[in-house]
Amino acid sequence: MSFLTNLINGISLGSIYAIIALGYTMVYGIAKMLNFAHGDVIMVGGYLCFIVVSHLNLPPIAAILLAVVGCTALGIVVERLAYKPLRQAASLAVLITAIGVSYFLQNSALLIWGADPKAFPSVVPFPSLNLFGGQLTISSITLVTVLVCVLIMVALTTFTSKTKMGKAMRACSEDKGAAQLMGINVDTTISMVFAIGSGLAAIAGVLLCSAYPTLMPTTGSMPGIKAFTAAVLGGIGSIPGAALGGVLLGVIEIFAKAYISTQLADAIVFAVLIVVLLIRPAGLLGKEIHEKV
Amino acid sequence: MEMIKNMNKNTRANIITYGIVIVAFVIMQALTSMGAISNSMIGLLVPITAYICMAISLNLVVGISGELSLGHAGFMSVGAFTGLVVSAMLAPAGLADPIRLAVAILIGGILAALAGLLVGIPVMRLQGDYLAIVTLAFGEIIKNLLNNLYVGLDANGLHFSMRDAASLGMQGGNILINGPQGAAGIDKISTFASGFVLVLITLTVVLNLINSRSGRAIMAVRDNRIAAESVGINTMKYRLMAFVVSAALAGMAGALYAMNYSSIVPKKFDFNTSILVLVFVVLGGMGNIRGGIISAALLTILPERLRFVGDFRMLIYAIVLIGVMIVSNNPIMKSAIGGFFERFKRRRDDDDDATQLALSTEGGDAQ
Repeated sequence: MSFLTNLINGISLGSIYAIIALGYTMVYGIAKMLNFAHGDVIMVGGYLCFIVVSHLNLPPIAAILLAVVGCTALGIVVERLAYKPLRQAASLAVLITAIGVSYFLQNSALLIWGADPKAFPSVVPFPSLNLFGGQLTISSITLVTVLVCVLIMVALTTFTSKTKMGKAMRACSEDKGAAQLMGINVDTTISMVFAIGSGLAAIAGVLLCSAYPTLMPTTGSMPGIKAFTAAVLGGIGSIPGAALGGVLLGVIEIFAKAYISTQLADAIVFAVLIVVLLIRPAGLLGKEIHEKV
Repeated sequence: MEMIKNMNKNTRANIITYGIVIVAFVIMQALTSMGAISNSMIGLLVPITAYICMAISLNLVVGISGELSLGHAGFMSVGAFTGLVVSAMLAPAGLADPIRLAVAILIGGILAALAGLLVGIPVMRLQGDYLAIVTLAFGEIIKNLLNNLYVGLDANGLHFSMRDAASLGMQGGNILINGPQGAAGIDKISTFASGFVLVLITLTVVLNLINSRSGRAIMAVRDNRIAAESVGINTMKYRLMAFVVSAALAGMAGALYAMNYSSIVPKKFDFNTSILVLVFVVLGGMGNIRGGIISAALLTILPERLRFVGDFRMLIYAIVLIGVMIVSNNPIMKSAIGGFFERFKRRRDDDDDATQLALSTEGGDAQ
């Protein structure tokens, strides 16, 4: 049974990575930038939810909604102020700016909420699920996390393939110039991608803090890096890739912790990424682009 | 004067770079001996030299070879911890401190070069952002492994373990590296003068490499890999060469850095440190060695100077970083700066600066 428990925990952790990875992969797909501030948006989402639940005493669902709205707004503002002026700049300049934004968010959180870890209240008020006569216990947050992840994946896939805005996003990530000629407002589309990515990050933040209930200004950095790894593992720019990469990474991490070594789990996760990239240089589901001379 | 004018433009630029470093060293030494600078500033002198070395070495990979590396602190930590162990082993031999430091730095550099070779062979099969993420992954792996490394020294020699300090099986002696707690009780043998010498060595290695046949091959691969390959340049070899040399120099800087403190933990050399050095390189201008040196020095001093604003220190640092990136990449500002140089150039009636400028901007586009 411990194998099954580990597998379920791995899928749950992986679902959180997958939701975060979606934000990375969508932004990379359209803006070709590594948005290193994404992990810190998760942290902001966690804090917003925490504040609403513990200080305003509103129900958890309101807290989650407020966190999503807050992070979406944050994503749009950051894109407008920091990234938009650099649309034409070298990609390294944008990368450094994203790192600046990351420092900014972390240190703002430090000033506002302090460095001491906050105990995050559970936002899922259901009891745990007992199976096989109590041999297998699945906590409610684990179930909710996986469900939310599946819902988001389905919604996002439908959104990008069926709606006008979703099609505009795909067009922009294929060829911005041509998309503009077809009458697509590229700037609005990019803003929209940042908004969706940041909103998802807020959900991921709430789920992450519910599963691992300590909240600090640096809470988002390591999951951010791992989710980024997941996005690359699955093939950056691809939505199913982000889901696959995230879940795989979560399962590998939990299994490595359980069966190999708790301390070396991170090294194992990154080693898997390296091996996968050596065999498939564009990730598991990524499109390999051959250079033309 | 006539001699300087007739000099090769690279030689002239290099002499200016060496000159800046030497003059800065002399001024700082004079100020220190006059007691004109604060203690916190004196404490920063060795870290500044170490970061300058890091900036020069990363510039070789990011600016000259055109590969984005996000795990440079990993090589720094390999050098740092190797240097510590070597220095502790040499302590009973009664060598003079500078010699002990030099040996420790050298061996730290060699081990870091080996790590660079091990990492570089798989990494160089990839390109662009995928290469960047793999260097990040290797940086994290190195940090994670060092976090679980226990090294002890007793009468029987060195003991290693990846489990805990108890399993070292020590008979007396000292634990040199204690897993996540890192190293403590380090002999602080790094000095500003030794840091200055290391900066000069790093500078000489990198500038000579850039202006050599190999350096031109490295830049050719950066500018157009396929074209370089088609004229018979072994792209793998030259990319790897830049990577390994850079790793070795980073390891040397790491050894210097570590022996400036009485204790140091593996966590010090994490992703944030890699990024810190990358910021030096990008703000200084990619491929521009002199710019990297200046920005490394200024950006190490800046947070210290901002201490009076207390907790807002890092917030201001972040805003400055974003602001500088936006302003320096603004097309209007760019053309204004470009126009300024244009005028400057015409007055000097030779086109050296324009090529220099064009080179540095082209380096920025090459990924």
